[in-house]
Amino acid sequence: MSNPSVATPITETLKTARSSALLKRWAPPLILPLLGIIGFLLCWQLVANNIQTSLGQFPGPVQVSEQFSGLVSAHLREREKARVFYERQDTRNAALLAKNPDAEVKVRPYTGKPTFVQQIFTSLYTVMAGFAIASLIAIPLGIVCGLSKTIYTAINPLIQVFKPVSPLAWLPLVTMLVSALYVSDDPLFAKSFLTSAITVALCCLWPTVINTTVGVASIEQDLNNVSKVLSLSPLSHVRRIVLPAAVPMIFTGLRMSLGTGWMVLIAAEMLAQNPGLGKFIWDEFQNGSASSLGRIMVAVIVIGLIGFALDRLMLLLQRQFSWDKNAVLR
Amino acid sequence: MSHSHLELTGVGIDFPTDKGLYRALQNVNLRIDKGEFVSLIGHSGCGKSTVLNIVAGLYQATTGGVILDGREVDEPGPERAVVFQNHSLLPWLSCYQNVELAVRQVFRNSKSRGEMRDWIEHNLELVHMMHAKDKRPSEISGGMKQRIGIARALAMQPKVLLMDEPFGALDALTRAHLQDSLMEIHAELGNTVIMITHDVDEAVLLSDRIVMMSNGPAASVGEILHIQLQRPRERIALAHDARYHEYRAAVLEFLYQKQQRPAA
Repeated sequence: MSNPSVATPITETLKTARSSALLKRWAPPLILPLLGIIGFLLCWQLVANNIQTSLGQFPGPVQVSEQFSGLVSAHLREREKARVFYERQDTRNAALLAKNPDAEVKVRPYTGKPTFVQQIFTSLYTVMAGFAIASLIAIPLGIVCGLSKTIYTAINPLIQVFKPVSPLAWLPLVTMLVSALYVSDDPLFAKSFLTSAITVALCCLWPTVINTTVGVASIEQDLNNVSKVLSLSPLSHVRRIVLPAAVPMIFTGLRMSLGTGWMVLIAAEMLAQNPGLGKFIWDEFQNGSASSLGRIMVAVIVIGLIGFALDRLMLLLQRQFSWDKNAVLR
Repeated sequence: MSHSHLELTGVGIDFPTDKGLYRALQNVNLRIDKGEFVSLIGHSGCGKSTVLNIVAGLYQATTGGVILDGREVDEPGPERAVVFQNHSLLPWLSCYQNVELAVRQVFRNSKSRGEMRDWIEHNLELVHMMHAKDKRPSEISGGMKQRIGIARALAMQPKVLLMDEPFGALDALTRAHLQDSLMEIHAELGNTVIMITHDVDEAVLLSDRIVMMSNGPAASVGEILHIQLQRPRERIALAHDARYHEYRAAVLEFLYQKQQRPAA
């Protein structure tokens, strides 16, 4: 026979136990970061309310989120305008061709102002290009430096001197070099794109070079001896022993490089007026309307989120490629 | 002139140190016949590993030299396969792939793909590791790793198998299993083996000859003991064999009386 006066406390206990278990499970990964974010937003709003600038009140989270949806809807409006433009052009051309099949039809691209969302993609595209150039140079260079102490000793001073150079110092040189050397009537890439990408490459080369060098140089002597006993050719030594052994360190370098590259890109775009998020920020700053600061803040947050996403992406790749599945990666 | 299988003549080696050259080995002479199992025993630091590395070609002797089947040894090569003390398997490859790397390198021109696969599996079977062929080294025990290391070395079909304290890092029971396996394999294949060991019982049980090395600097061959025990050898039967104990005593006497370490 059931006894309600006993049964109730038991279910109650179970309930509290369950909820405390749930809390324990989700508190560290979810609730704590959420609390941190909420606390930050509150402080931000509080501080923002008390700052007056020449462009009006400093934007708090509320104004920033308004600006964000404004930027998104502006992008959607612009897309719609472009669509209508192409539709009109197509019907006009079709009509022309219907009248005279040999008529010369003109297809013009839509020339609207690039929207915030388009600037994001320009930036992503540019940083990826710069990062790819840097990786293609840095990994082989790092492997060579790690394998040969002679080459390392010869190159190391150069690495150490060029590593701390700011992207802004490179930029004028790169700009002049690109305009001097990349002369073409029908350019495959825009000059501004090349300038930004090369500047990014120059700055995000170093972490990968250094980490690859360390990774390759610290391969266990025993594994090198295995390779010697097997009489592996230099090429298969690199492919079979060196590369897999150094993969964890190479990825550590690549992650740092991509992070550096993303920071450098924004600065480069800003200074060089090259299309991208950096230019967006600079334009808004020059624009100086009441909503400018809010829009810049949107850009700041988006830049941060994208940087975070890029890093997670690299981490995912690292997990995929690394043989040591037990290694703690963070 | 006699033709030994493997011949070390007047081998000496100097290592550069801060205080000038350090003479680690001096005048090491050794002749090893085909199929012979030779152990090198001595206190740590006496240059056993150095001798092995010179035979492997990983070190170059300063004086003297090594001749294998009438050819001088001057670089490492798969005909002198090494079983390393800490197995040295490539951690990113499975057991099968670790052996495969060696087999591909040695037999790429002489075996077809299918023959290579059969040969790899044959060698894994020799060391009783077929069941774990797709596991990574990190997923198997120390003894199993060493078995794979032996399979990799055997798969190169070496003229000489060089083993650098192959069972040093294993527990006593695992070590006994692996010693039995090694005796089985040696009986079946008749490889020439040079093994470094610290373990007196291991040396007596496995070897045809025990080469006892004097202490460094300028270490050399002290005494050589012929082990004339009938093969196949059975560790339990040998425990009651008077000759086994005599051999054991002879090695111990050399190590702890004649070559007592000044500051051990």
